Amino acid sequence: MQDIQKQFAGVVALDHATLTVLPGEVHALIGQNGAGKSTLIKVLTGAYRKDGGTVLFGGKSVDFASPLAAQVGGITTIYQEVNLVGLRTVAENIFMGREPKRFGLIQWGAMNAEAARLLAGLGLTLDVTRPLEEFSTAIQQMVALARAVSVQARLVIMDEPTSSLNEREVETLFGVIRTLKRGGVSVMFVSHRLDELYAVCDRITVMRDGKTVYSGEMSSISRLQLVEQMLGREIRSEGAQTGFARTGAAQDPGTGQPLLNASHIRAGARLTDASIEVGQGEVVGLAGLLGSGRSELARIVFGADRADHGEVTLGDQHAAFRTPIDAIRAGIGFCSEDRKAEGIVPELSVRENLTLALLPRLSKAGIVDTRRQAEVVDRFIARLGIKTSDPDQPIRELSGGNQQKVLLARWLAMNPRLLILDEPTRGIDVGAKAEIQQLIGELAQGGLGVLMISSELEELIEGCHRVTVLREGQTVAHLSGTQISEDQLLHAMAQGSAQDSLNHGEPRQAAL
Amino acid sequence: MNSEAHTPPLKATSIHRSEGWQGLRLDLWQSRASILILLGLLVFNALFTPHFLSVQTLNVNLTQVATIIIVAMGMTLVIATGGVDLSVGSLMAISGVLAPLIFLNAAFGKAPALGVALALVVPVLVAAAFGFLNGLFVTRLRLQPIVATLVLYIAGRGIAQVITGGQLVSFTRPDFAYIGLGRPFGVPFQVLIMLVVVAVTYWAVKRTVFGRYVLTVGGNETAARLSGVPVARVKLLVYSISGLLAGLAGLIVIAINSSSDANQVGQGMELDAIAAVAVGGTLLSGGRAQVLGTLFGALIIQLIRFTLLAKGVPDSAALVVKAAIIIVAVALQQRRRRE
Repeated sequence: MQDIQKQFAGVVALDHATLTVLPGEVHALIGQNGAGKSTLIKVLTGAYRKDGGTVLFGGKSVDFASPLAAQVGGITTIYQEVNLVGLRTVAENIFMGREPKRFGLIQWGAMNAEAARLLAGLGLTLDVTRPLEEFSTAIQQMVALARAVSVQARLVIMDEPTSSLNEREVETLFGVIRTLKRGGVSVMFVSHRLDELYAVCDRITVMRDGKTVYSGEMSSISRLQLVEQMLGREIRSEGAQTGFARTGAAQDPGTGQPLLNASHIRAGARLTDASIEVGQGEVVGLAGLLGSGRSELARIVFGADRADHGEVTLGDQHAAFRTPIDAIRAGIGFCSEDRKAEGIVPELSVRENLTLALLPRLSKAGIVDTRRQAEVVDRFIARLGIKTSDPDQPIRELSGGNQQKVLLARWLAMNPRLLILDEPTRGIDVGAKAEIQQLIGELAQGGLGVLMISSELEELIEGCHRVTVLREGQTVAHLSGTQISEDQLLHAMAQGSAQDSLNHGEPRQAAL
Repeated sequence: MNSEAHTPPLKATSIHRSEGWQGLRLDLWQSRASILILLGLLVFNALFTPHFLSVQTLNVNLTQVATIIIVAMGMTLVIATGGVDLSVGSLMAISGVLAPLIFLNAAFGKAPALGVALALVVPVLVAAAFGFLNGLFVTRLRLQPIVATLVLYIAGRGIAQVITGGQLVSFTRPDFAYIGLGRPFGVPFQVLIMLVVVAVTYWAVKRTVFGRYVLTVGGNETAARLSGVPVARVKLLVYSISGLLAGLAGLIVIAINSSSDANQVGQGMELDAIAAVAVGGTLLSGGRAQVLGTLFGALIIQLIRFTLLAKGVPDSAALVVKAAIIIVAVALQQRRRRE
C-alpha cells in the first residue's frame, strides 16, 4: 500500500501512509488510538474507499469495493469479536456459504472430515460437530483462522486477537500463526502488547497521526525506540507547552492528605496487580500504553466495574463501590475516555447534559427547580467559557472541546473530592485543550484530587505532581518530581518492571 | 446543523426557552407536520363528509380515540427509554375481566359502592404490577423489550380468558359505566381522563427529574449509568406506568360496552399505540418523547379510520390505507429529522 490518503469530512485520517507486507511474513501494525491503523486496514479490505494512493496485492493493483470482494481476492480479516455464528457447528462455520453439496444436499460427512483435517493442520483436534459457542474465544479465533486457510487467504489480518486470551491460549494462537506462515500465508498482526509483537512478528510498521513513521525489521528496533516512535518525541522546548504550565500547578504540591488509595487491584485478564494513590490537591497521572489497564483501573475506582481482588479507600473510608451512584455520592466524578459513547446524551441540550449528575440536588419532590438549574448552567458556561449559542442547544452540535467542557462542568457542579479524567484532552482543538489543562491545574490548587489518564507525555510531565505507570495490568513505576521525564516514562511504559523476561532492546533500567 | 427543528423561527429571547408557554409553542412547532396532516383531514371531512362538523361526530371520534391516547402516553415513555411494550392490549383485557369479577361479586352485595371503588382501583394496580414484571424482564433478565413484553402479550390474554372461562360477561352498573358513558358538561368522561393523562405526562417529561432520566436512558444508557442515573429504576417505572395506563384503558373499554370480552378488549391496541407514537415523531430508538406529537398521531389515525368508514371503504381495505398513511407520516417525520 503506498501513499494512501483518506479524509473524513475534511479531517485527514491517512496522510500518505505506506505499508508493505511480504509473502509469508508476520507483520506488526502498531500505533496509538487515532493513528490511522484501523482506517488503513479498512481501506485495504474495502470497507472504506481511499481518496488517493495505490494498493498492490500480489503484484497487481487492486481496489476492493467491499470486504467480501477482499475476501474473495484473498484477504481475510479476523476481528477481536469473532464474527462467526455461535450456534452452528465448528465445521459449518468453516464452510459457511460454500458447503460441499451433492444434489443440493450438504455432504455432512465430507464437510466434517475436511474441517477436522484443516484444524489438524493447525495443530488442533476438536469435535467439529459441536456448536462453536461451546469453545473458548481462542478456539473460536482459530476456527476463524481455519476458515481463512480454507478460502485460500493469502493475507490474514488479525485485529487485537489476543486482548481477551490468557497466556496459554496466546501461545496456541501463536503456534497456529507460525503454521500459517510456513504455508506461505502472510499475517498482519495488530496488538498493543509489545512482548507479543516481539515474540511472533518479523517486521513492523508504526503509525502516528495518519502517517507511517517507521517500517522495518522487528529485531532492529528496541522497545524504547518503538514506544518513542509511537508516541512521538513531543517536547520541543522546555515547558509552556500545555495549559498546565500557566498555572504552575505541578510546582505546588497538594496538602499531602491522602485521598484515594487503590492497592493490588486485580480484575479479569486486563488488570493483574495495579495500585495508585491520589492526595488532596494533587494531580496524579496514570500512564501506560493502550491495553495496559489504565481505563479499567479508573472504572473500578468509580464503581463502573468490579475488581476480583484488591482494596480501595477514599479518605478514611473503605470504598469498594458497587455502582457509579455510590461513587458519585462519595464525591467522585468520572469523565470517560469515549466522550460520544459514554459521556454526552446527544439529543439532549447543553443544559440537561450539564446538570445530569446534579439533578437530584436541583429538585424538590422530583420536580426540577428550573430557576436554580439555569443559575448553575449559566455559572458554569461562564466559568468554563463554553461556547454555545443557547443552553437549549443540543450538545451534539457543539465542538468536541466544548462538549468536553460541558462534561467537566457536569462533575464540577457536584463539587467532588476526586475527579477521574480519562484522556480529557483527546480529540479536541488546541485552544480548548490548553483551557482544559489550565482548569485542571486550578482545580487541584483549590484542593481537588485529580486522577488523569493521558497518553500525551507533555501533559503528564507538565501537569502532574506524580505519575503512576501501568504496564500489562501491573503498576510498574511511581514517578514524582524530576523523575517525571520523557525518558523515565518511556522506559517504564516500554519495559516496565525488572521481571521482564524478553531480551529485546536496550539494557534494562530500574524503573523506579 | 441548519435543520429547522433545531433553529426554530420562534426563537425566544429568554434562555428559559423550553419552559412554560414558550416550551409549549416550541413543541407544537416541532409537531407541525402532524398538525398539518390533522388539519388536512379535518378540512377534507368538513367538505366531503356530511354532518362532520357536529358535536356528535366530535364526541364519537374522541370517545373512540381516548383509550388509544391514554395507552399511547405510557408507550411514549417506554419508547423514549429505547424500549417498546407489546403487552398493553393483553393488560387491558386482564383489567377488563377483573373489574366485573369484583363489582359483581356477592361479597359486595351489601356495599356496592365499595365494590365499584375496588373495581376501579384493583384491576389498574394489577395491570401496573404486570407492567412492573415487564420491567423486571427487561432490567433483571436483560431481555430485549420486544421479547420481554411479548411474553405478556401472549400470556396476558390467556390469563384473561382463564379468569372468565372464555365467556362474555355482560353487566348493568351505571355507576361503573360512568367512566365510559358519563357526560359531565356534555364532554365524554373518558375524554376528560385522557386530557388529564396527557397533561400529566407532558408535565412529567418537561419538569420532573424522572422525565429527564427517561430521555437520558433512551439517549445514551452508558452515559446515564456513569452519571449516576438509576437506569433500572427508571425502566421499571416506565413499564409500570405503561401497564397502569393500559389497565385504566381496559376499564374504559368495558364501561363503554357494558360487557367484558377477554378475546376482544384491547385487541390490536399495542399496534395502534406504537403507530400513534411513531406518527407523532418520537424516535423508536429512544431519547426523545414528543408527548403532544403522540396526541396528534393518535388523532390522525382515528380520523383516517373515521374518514374511511364514512366513505364506505370496507374494513379490510381501510386497514391497508391506514398502514399506508402511517408509513407516509413516519417517513415525513424521519426526513425532516435528517435535514
